[in-house]
Amino acid sequence: MPPVFSRFRHRREVPDDAAGRLPPGQYLATGFPVLSAGPTPHTPLSTWTFSIERQDGSALKSWTWDEIQALPAETVTQDIHCVTRWTKLDTEWRGVSIDTLLGAVEHDSDYAMAFCDGGYTTNLPIEDLTDGKAWLAFEYGGEPLDPEHGGPARLLVPHLYFWKSAKWARGLRLMDTDEPGFWETYGYHMYGDPWLEQRYSGD
Amino acid sequence: MAGTAVQRRLTWTVATVTGEVRETPSVRTLLLDVPGWAGHRAGQHLDVRLTAEDGYAAERSYSIATAAEEPVSITVERLDDGEVSPFLTDDLQVGEQFEVRGPVGGYFVWEKASGGPLLLLAGGSGIVPLRAILRERSRTGSDAPVRLLYSARSLPDVIYRAELDGYGGLDGVEVTYTLTRHQPPGWTGYARRVDAALLGEVAWPAGENPLAFVCGPTSFVETASQGLVGLGYRPGRVKTERFGGTGGA
Repeated sequence: MPPVFSRFRHRREVPDDAAGRLPPGQYLATGFPVLSAGPTPHTPLSTWTFSIERQDGSALKSWTWDEIQALPAETVTQDIHCVTRWTKLDTEWRGVSIDTLLGAVEHDSDYAMAFCDGGYTTNLPIEDLTDGKAWLAFEYGGEPLDPEHGGPARLLVPHLYFWKSAKWARGLRLMDTDEPGFWETYGYHMYGDPWLEQRYSGD
Repeated sequence: MAGTAVQRRLTWTVATVTGEVRETPSVRTLLLDVPGWAGHRAGQHLDVRLTAEDGYAAERSYSIATAAEEPVSITVERLDDGEVSPFLTDDLQVGEQFEVRGPVGGYFVWEKASGGPLLLLAGGSGIVPLRAILRERSRTGSDAPVRLLYSARSLPDVIYRAELDGYGGLDGVEVTYTLTRHQPPGWTGYARRVDAALLGEVAWPAGENPLAFVCGPTSFVETASQGLVGLGYRPGRVKTERFGGTGGA
């Protein structure tokens, strides 16, 4: 039994429409917090590309910014959950489905490593990136995605903790086996399901 | 850095508050006894879980304020609309117990082998993990030169002031405050938010390949880290930790 405090009370009411949408250990955020391990990169769109690479790092397919913009895009409304415990409901994004991007290459890999400007990486199973579950997002709330929040484009994988939705994404490296990315190397969970509270390795 | 982390399961442990330090009117340090604590490195944090009588539990993360090998302590700033922090700063009594697990995080960490020169940029309670790094430097006898730039609202808002003033340029540690809101009479130091010009005066030249740790609210970290990149700091040598704006913690 943990120590229990009669003086400690739940101070924040959870609105009815949020009940059931808040994973364990999370609270509702009012703003849109920023978290990253280093300075915010600013890559000019003229040199920006998004690539899908083989395991050895060679390119299978690469898109320029204009080519990404020419692909069919979707507007989606999603709840997002950060491992630092804030949850933000009904966030609106516009981007290209990862199905569209992975559909442009032939592969039989089970995992991918997202890689980013600034050197950030995070690992994801392919099945969590496909079937309408993930996007390369470049608009938030109807506006171009702010660099602080990962612009020009970030991954959006809202069913996993938000560190999997890599900011400043520049591509996916396909992998046959699961390997840890940046935070995963530092003890964060390899998969990161917020509903199972998979924050750290072993959770 | 890949593969350096210890992958082990973090379990909740009951910690006992063994002491307290009232740092400022809104900031309190809690000294903790954590049985079975696996040890931490300077800059890491831990998770706190408070449980109410009705079973409701709230979890938050706090930076560890002490060097490796020192007893665990956390320094908490009260956020008035927060749920956990006011309890930790005002209600919790010495001798009481609550749950913790950790340490967590391995990137925003300094060890003697990390070297220097070190640039530490603190905004408000962002000083906490940087204080752990300063103590780690002293504990390990590192001779890495340090410059600390600490942005606070006023002198009474400076956390660990006596400890920081104790460096006073001795021992290779230079401490610079900038007081953004209120300055005492006769204050001759900086009196504005950190900007590129201020960094240009205080920070190590990029040519010395400094290692920077930046911790504070998001706007502070964004400005400070961009300013360092503008001075020529390599982005991979600028480690950031951001907090605040989370709707209260």
